[in-house]
Amino acid sequence: MTTTAPPVIEAKGLNLVFQTADGPVHALKDVDLTIRKGDFVSFIGPSGCGKTTFLRCVAALETATGGTLTVNGMTPDEARRKRAYGYVFQAAGLYPWRTIAGNIRLPLEIMGFDRAEQNRRVERVLDLVELSGFGKKYPWQLSGGMQQRASIARALAFDADILLMDEPFGALDEIVRDRLNEEVLKLWAATGKTVGFVTHSIPEAVYLSTKIVVMSPRPGRITDVIDSPLPRERPLDIRDSREFIEIAHRVREGLRAGHVDD
Amino acid sequence: MRRSVLPVVVVVLAILAIWYAAAVWMNAQWTRDQAARAGVQIGWSDIARDAMQQERPVLPVPHQVAAEFWRLTWVEEATGRRGIVQSGSLSNRGLVYHALATLSATALGFGFGAGFGILLAVGIVYNRAMDMSVMPWAIASQTIPIVAIAPMIIVVLNSVGISGLIPKAIIAAYLSFFPVAVGMVKGLRSPDGMQLDQLRTYNATAGQAFWKLRLPASMPYLFASLKVGVAASLVGTIVAELPLGGAGLGTRLLAGSYYGQTIQIWATLIAAALLASAMVGAVGLVQRVTLKRMGFSR
Repeated sequence: MTTTAPPVIEAKGLNLVFQTADGPVHALKDVDLTIRKGDFVSFIGPSGCGKTTFLRCVAALETATGGTLTVNGMTPDEARRKRAYGYVFQAAGLYPWRTIAGNIRLPLEIMGFDRAEQNRRVERVLDLVELSGFGKKYPWQLSGGMQQRASIARALAFDADILLMDEPFGALDEIVRDRLNEEVLKLWAATGKTVGFVTHSIPEAVYLSTKIVVMSPRPGRITDVIDSPLPRERPLDIRDSREFIEIAHRVREGLRAGHVDD
Repeated sequence: MRRSVLPVVVVVLAILAIWYAAAVWMNAQWTRDQAARAGVQIGWSDIARDAMQQERPVLPVPHQVAAEFWRLTWVEEATGRRGIVQSGSLSNRGLVYHALATLSATALGFGFGAGFGILLAVGIVYNRAMDMSVMPWAIASQTIPIVAIAPMIIVVLNSVGISGLIPKAIIAAYLSFFPVAVGMVKGLRSPDGMQLDQLRTYNATAGQAFWKLRLPASMPYLFASLKVGVAASLVGTIVAELPLGGAGLGTRLLAGSYYGQTIQIWATLIAAALLASAMVGAVGLVQRVTLKRMGFSR
């Protein structure tokens, strides 16, 4: 089904070279990738492999130096100006002077939604991330996991079709992480969004994704793209299944292959 | 709060003890000279007693300063011929009258200085040319000794017909804009790359980034620098008052030193110190209320 859906993000021969004091750094080399509507795509690889850089290119926070990249058929910058995606950063980055509801309202204020619509949307996304009743709290009154959920709610509030997440749970402990992974899957099922998810946890990538992109560093490139045979409905204990372990094994092999030159 | 009382009391007592000891030591010479002139033998207890009750001591003891402060405030206003009770207006010999004159010039100058400092900071953060060019000048302006430049500014302003409160306020502003500008630049630049990237993903305008992120994020920095600024303003005003005459604590300090009235000088210094702490305290109060309302945790 996912293979027949229309492409949302398409990269062809994408290159990005950073000019640094130590000479050029090839952050992305000849990246070809198609992400279709409704896909959940994880990017996995060691640090420096360009997974975050690729996501930032999609978000038009970096500009590729070669090749083509389209988002919803537009250039990334046009897509950004049309507010085509919500972006969740590694840190929750909530404003300490705003309540949780106020933080979620921030993009809505910037985009000019009227007050009644803002309140309606804030309530809805708070409910989606199971933070109903916490709207009036300040960020410091919430745990790290709850803060990150609030930041996901903020990215969902304006209802972009694409959700880009850059190691959103990297700073959280394993137990909280499992729970949030389950929630992200529920959210994805409920909203039907296209998700790009950067991680360096193999179980996280395999558990969440319909497509796993394995990357390796120097230069940052794709070494393997795995279409997951797992069903879209995934209870936590699917991680003990044979299929799950096989995919995880393939991811690990891909990561190891990318490391031979080290 | 209660736990901080003991250390404060200990420090105050230590200061008072050192002060008394220093006063006796410094004033002893005069007492010995007097005794030698009169041809009498005196012991340490006589010296100590006399050192604490001289009319023009090198260093007056705390209770002399306290008594003088009381005389120049409450006693002067309540019972003096020129006091507010008998004449209906504050006595120009009392400290309250002069402190209020200093306070109004300081407040006006601080208002100017803080406003100018904030505008300067916005310019520095948003305009590359200003970023490169303004700071060196601002730093240079602060390296000029204020005692040297204050009389010049006053003379120049006087010659163009500006006198009274304004020249003092300008000196006060001159000293206070700098810490405010420095603190505010740091505050406006405090949002990190991630927060700015995030606003980019919302396609926010520069104006929205300023009002929704940079300005609120700068508030803790602003208030910290406002406290420094208000104290600097008071110093500026007092220095400006030295050559001016008329009303003001600075004028009183100079008059006291002309006539060797050390006790009066110290009483005036106490008044200036109280004024400074009141103003810093007032800024601190606004800070507490504002930051609490904004939801900054403690």
